[in-house]
Parts: sequence; C-alpha cells; structure tokens
Amino acid sequence: MYEIIEGFVEAARLIVTLDPDVMAIAARSIVISLTATILATLLAIPLGAAINFGTFPGRKSLINLIQTLYSLPTVIVGLLIFLLISRVGPFGSLRLLFTPTAMVIAQTVLILPIMTGLTISALSGVDPVVRDTLYSLGATRLQFLVNIMKEARFAILATVAVGFGRAISEVGAAILVGGNIAASSFGSSTRVLTTAISLETSMGNIPESIALGIILLAIALGVNLAITTVQHR
Amino acid sequence: MQRRTLFAVAAVMVALLLICGCTGTTSDPTPAEKQQLRIATTTSLYDTKLLERLTPIFEEQYNAEVLIVSAGTGKAIEYGQNGDVDVLMVHDRAREDAFLADGYGVNRRVFAYNYFVVVGPESDPAGIKGLQPEAAFTAIRETGMTDGSDVVFVSRGDASGTHSKEKAIWKAAGFNYSADVQGSGDWYQEAGTGMGATLAMANEKQAYTLSDIGTYLAYKGDLDLVTLVDEGDILLNIYCAMQINPEKYSDTNSTVAKDWVNFMISEDVQKEIASFGVDQYGQPLFYAARNDWEKIGVPQAEVKDPIP
Repeated sequence: MYEIIEGFVEAARLIVTLDPDVMAIAARSIVISLTATILATLLAIPLGAAINFGTFPGRKSLINLIQTLYSLPTVIVGLLIFLLISRVGPFGSLRLLFTPTAMVIAQTVLILPIMTGLTISALSGVDPVVRDTLYSLGATRLQFLVNIMKEARFAILATVAVGFGRAISEVGAAILVGGNIAASSFGSSTRVLTTAISLETSMGNIPESIALGIILLAIALGVNLAITTVQHR
Repeated sequence: MQRRTLFAVAAVMVALLLICGCTGTTSDPTPAEKQQLRIATTTSLYDTKLLERLTPIFEEQYNAEVLIVSAGTGKAIEYGQNGDVDVLMVHDRAREDAFLADGYGVNRRVFAYNYFVVVGPESDPAGIKGLQPEAAFTAIRETGMTDGSDVVFVSRGDASGTHSKEKAIWKAAGFNYSADVQGSGDWYQEAGTGMGATLAMANEKQAYTLSDIGTYLAYKGDLDLVTLVDEGDILLNIYCAMQINPEKYSDTNSTVAKDWVNFMISEDVQKEIASFGVDQYGQPLFYAARNDWEKIGVPQAEVKDPIP
C-alpha cells in the first residue's frame, strides 16, 4: 500500500515539475497520434462518403467488413506493418522501421476502419429531409456533399475523437514498429506513453508508470471534454 | 453568432492540427550531416544503463545519434539478419558464430564479460546454495516436480542469450530441454521478456532464475532475491559488438557502425566499463575484456584490434 501512495506522490512531482523526460514522452505521443488521426481523417471522410453515397455491388459486405475491422487487434497491425517495412519487406528500402513515421503509419492503419465506419454512420444518420431538400433545390454534387458534411459535423467530430483515443492508447503496434527507443533527439525517439508505461512497469519504476498513466488519462479526458464542449455549443 | 463561434473553434482546431502536423514531420532537429546509428542490444546492457552512460560520449565524439532497440539476443539477431540495424550487441557465442558464418555479421569485437548467477528466494526451498550450476538446476527441477512444492523457476523464455545459457546448463546437467524441462510442470515458467522484467517477475513469485550479474546488481535494491550460485565455468558471459555486413545490406551505416565497435574496445571505454557501477553497487557490473582475453578464451584480435 505504501508503495502505491509513494508512487502517486512521486508521479505528482514528475508532473508538477514538468519532468523533461516525462513531458517529451507525452508530447511525442500527442504528435504521433495526432498526425495519424489527421491522416486517417483525410482518408476516412472521403472513403466513408464514397461508400455511403455510392451504389456498387458488394457495398453491404464492404460495410460489414469495415465494421469487423473495428476490433482489429493492435499487435496484428503492428506485425503487418513490421513485415512491410522491415528491411527484407517490400518497403524495406525506405528504412522506416523503428521510426516515429512507422508508428504514424501503424496507427493510421489501425484507426482507419473505425473512422471510416463511423463516418458512414454519421453521414447516413443525416435527416433524409435534408437530403431531399438539397436534391430538390438542385444542389450540385459538391454542394450536396458540403451541406451533408455540415449537418453531420458533430458526429464526424466524435469520429475523430474516437480515432485519436484509439491511436494514443494502443501499445501493441507502437512497440513492434517503434521499438520503444529513447534517443537524444525528440524526432528520433519512439518512446510514447503506452510503451513507456509498459517498460517502466516491467522494470519496476512504478512512479514513472503512474505519472505517465495519469497524463495519458488526462489527454484522453481532455480530448473528449473538448469535443463535448464543441458539440454543446 | 453561433455559427461564428463554431467557425472560430474549427479554425483554432485546424490551426492546432496543422502546427502539430508540421512539428510531426519537421521535429527532427538533427542536422543532415549527423549520422544515425541503429543498435540492437541485449537487454542486460540496456537495463543496467551501461549504454545510457556510453552513448552520450560517443554521440559527442562522432557527431552521431545513437538509436537503441533493446531486445533479447534472439530478437536482436533477427533484426540484424533483416538488416534493420547497423550494429548488434549480444552475448551468445554459438549463435554469433552462426551469424558470422552465414555472412550477416562482420568484425566481431568482445568488449566485456561477467558471470551469470542463479538467484532465488533467501529461504532457498530447493537447497541449491553453493552448488555447481548443473547440480543446482537438477535440484530445482527435482524439488519443483515434487507434489505440493512451491519451487518455481522463471525462465527468460525469449531466445535471448541468457535463455541460451540456461538451455546449455540444462543440457550440461543431462536434461533434454524441450522434453524434460519445458512443459514438465508448473514449476517451470517462461516469462518471454527482458532480464529486468524477468527478475521482477521472479521476485513476485519468489522463484529462482538465471540472470547476468550486471542486471541483477542493478535491480538488487528492489529485489528480495539473493545470489545462490555464482561459481562454475559454464556461467561465463561474454559480450560482443559487431557490424552488420555492409556487403549484405549496402545501405547500413557501416562507417559509424565501425566507429561504434572500435569505440567499445578503445582504452577509454574499456576503463569506463570496468568502473561502471562500482560507486553505486560496490562492485563492477561488467569486466573489461581488453586484458582478459586469455582468461575468457577469445582470440586476442577480438579484444584489441580495431576494425581497419
């Protein structure tokens, strides 16, 4: 019991004093996961729109497949990306393994299905009256899409939050393709909150783990709080 | 009005995203001429923080950035075989020999050695204190397989150098590893993780385990485990660094890899290794290999001759 309390006290100290190592890890987590979320958003929204408004054979099955991939295991994504970018893999010459870029790729792949799926739900959830009105007013294709997006903006925002949450909290892919490297420069290190917690706990550095855990939780809460605030305006 | 605030919020978010996105791609402050060196290392060199001590010195001397992936020797060798790193730092002579023979590695240099120890709970339920390693393993297995015993042995179970050594001891004790040891009962548990984590696990379970002395000493403060067996020729543990063969993987960073291997056997670093941890643990975690090549049975060239 004493150890746990001690851990929390030390964790508080690390956070309050803005311990440079802890802060760098937290910042790296945010940068990597945010980049992945942006990339995934840029892919998921057009993809989701195309699937939602498109009519093509196999559309239902495709949506089913996407929904199945919501629970894509993170280590499987890690393994897949590892195989692709390892030196002997097809993209080996890019030398991406053990870089933050590799982690961004893995996280993008990881959250793409859930973001695409939720985008489809968001767009199909738009009141049909709005769609009919747009049609009847003779909206061009672009005008139509822009207006539907506007109607669905809160649901899409929630999608982005879900994607970011999944990206920043996953550890399986991050450790496989990142390697949990602590290098002297910020941009070459691949140690993020989750991998650091995993390492520190296994090495018995409980206070660091608790501090990193609190920060991770705070980031997740902060993102959700921001989203709800925007949605309630 | 409402629309305007919304727009403002959206604009701020987009701006934030852009800023973060940009730092994501341009946050690497390393100047272009700074070379990157990728090392896959055995966990013991990492967990003891020896590399943490040495890398800043190297980075300054050679204007390089060192990226270290800490994994068991088995995984490290795999990374090396795939050409995903420039340098390997491992401790498993037999597998290193195979790695070199297959042409994946070149220029092996031995920079340090120490000994493995069998650690376990102070109560020592299997009564192994002071035994030879082979006899100790036999005793652990026998008591472990007795009904109702609480003897547990935690193995690294991760194809690391330490795991290899453990298998070698089982073999020397006359057991077939996969048939007689693995899966022979709950007394034998494979952790599948690094040395520090395995020690922490053995501590939780009050179990026996095989550890290199360096990692054990570095973790000793947090552990209730004591050294029970520390004598026996088989316990010798030799660390080497080697380059990944640039002929096999032409774009490995062979110059800086060479620099690193030579750095490890340089006189200054050898002194640094010999004194590392003495102030903190009262004894060295590693011995410098430089003058002990005869004692540890490696060719003189491997400890003294820099790569040309």
